[in-house]
Amino acid sequence: MSDLRDLYQQVIMDHKKKPRNFREITDANHMAHGNNPLCGDALVVYVKLNGDVIEDISFQGSGCAISVASASLMTETLKGKTLADAEALYEDVHKALTGDKDAAELTGKLQVLAGVKEFPARVKCATLSWHTVHAAVDSDHDISVSTE
Amino acid sequence: MTQSTHNLVDTMLNDFDIAAIRRDFPILNQQINGHPLVYLDNAASSQKPVQVIDAVDQYYRLDNANVHRGVHRLSQRATDAYEAARSKVRGFLNAESDKEIIFVRGATEAINLVAQSFVRPQLQAGDEILISYLEHHANIVPWQMVCEQTGAKLKVIPMTESGELNLSGFDELLTDKTKIMAVGQVSNALGTVNSVKQMTEKAKVKGIPVLIDGAQAVPHMQVDVQDLDCDFYVFSGHKMFAPTGIGTLYGKQALLEAMPPWQGGGDMILSVSFDHTEYNTLPYKFEAGTPHIAGAVGLGAAIDYMESVGIEKIAGYEHALLELATDKLSAMDGIRIVGTAKHKASVLSFLIEDVHPHDVGTIFDQEGVAIRAGHHCAQPVMQYYGIAATARASFAFYNTEQEIDALVKAIHTTQELFA
Repeated sequence: MSDLRDLYQQVIMDHKKKPRNFREITDANHMAHGNNPLCGDALVVYVKLNGDVIEDISFQGSGCAISVASASLMTETLKGKTLADAEALYEDVHKALTGDKDAAELTGKLQVLAGVKEFPARVKCATLSWHTVHAAVDSDHDISVSTE
Repeated sequence: MTQSTHNLVDTMLNDFDIAAIRRDFPILNQQINGHPLVYLDNAASSQKPVQVIDAVDQYYRLDNANVHRGVHRLSQRATDAYEAARSKVRGFLNAESDKEIIFVRGATEAINLVAQSFVRPQLQAGDEILISYLEHHANIVPWQMVCEQTGAKLKVIPMTESGELNLSGFDELLTDKTKIMAVGQVSNALGTVNSVKQMTEKAKVKGIPVLIDGAQAVPHMQVDVQDLDCDFYVFSGHKMFAPTGIGTLYGKQALLEAMPPWQGGGDMILSVSFDHTEYNTLPYKFEAGTPHIAGAVGLGAAIDYMESVGIEKIAGYEHALLELATDKLSAMDGIRIVGTAKHKASVLSFLIEDVHPHDVGTIFDQEGVAIRAGHHCAQPVMQYYGIAATARASFAFYNTEQEIDALVKAIHTTQELFA
């Protein structure tokens, strides 16, 4: 049970129940679809870039608590960041979840994702939105990514 | 459940020597995350009794050699063991002849074989292939592939809210363009038992060949291909207590005789020269290369094991478990059972309100309860209900009443965590 509480921490449950930035950005200049065909998680990430600053970022879709909370936390974290900062955070999250980095070093609220590491089958749920935003800013047209 | 059903369930559950059965499955005796393993993912793959494990072990320790090739003793023993397994499968399905039993990797390969070797050569653009809404991807994609290759059309028997096939327009779906009907006997996602015998009868009246996907049926019920009168019947060993990588294609001899080989290679030939190859007779024509001999031996042992327990008894006990589990989950708040067909086998698909099935799967695992969470390789079924996934508990005859209580407890834990 203690491991479960690590995974489904208060912050995760809060973001799952009330996802932040859960909306479409009608004038987004980047977007991508993320899918995990194994479990059916599907989300769309919208990004409005102003120069190299993420002026606005949002998502929509459905998925498990981990994928929704992770996407919600991601939008909160990345809003206002430069693309270089976002790229660094993307790398950090990826490394923290796959074991190359100590998750405790993650910035702020992202630390709650650390619990996912103990559940290897769920890492893809947590990284889906991050892969999706990565693909979105890398491309100037709607693009699809898959984590399976 | 009515009182009389209750009594019947009790009788069934008490009438079964479950302790003895469980001793035959060594894997069940372990702890997962500090809890006894409760294995309820049997529709994905079943566990293996020690009789099967030993048969495979003995084969490799004592008899291993290639089949149909050597004059030496081991080759003879390997061949005998492999062919004895074929005879057991013939008996298990009540096929007429051993020649009608082709060993393949599993149901998926068997369906692909029929699609490419039997159906594709006769397909014209505009012809139709009839499947059902409830099919596993293995009984959808191979047909889509031949449709793409030939311009034929895939037709689908619709389903109802309860997860049954809607047969009201069935007669109209059987047209003179239908080149095969391929349907599952039991739905892997919902557990629905389809009335394949009646459906086959109607198709045969119109001269339409029938393939039945029995992957989810053979672990749970007696199958008689002559009684069904289907042209092809396919199943996988690993879902019926045998090793992975072995399965069976049953086909009526006359049809198999007329079909071109599926793969070329050794063992499927009588003679080869650069000008001409003469193919081997049935069943070897369809078994190119060295087969999964140990797998076939294991499959034979699994059949022996199931028959020693008694397939009717297995079916009765599992039905009692399913009734009990359905009853308990129906009585819980916030649970929706997906698939409520009148005739079901083994499978209980469900949703916990506001909790994604993948979260359910993770939380259950912490309590040692193994279920499947996902679309069960039956995405059209999920699309029908407008859901991405379900949690699925699926039973085998080594499961117990106490394990259903563990399932219920895991649901409570999940609901508390997500409250």
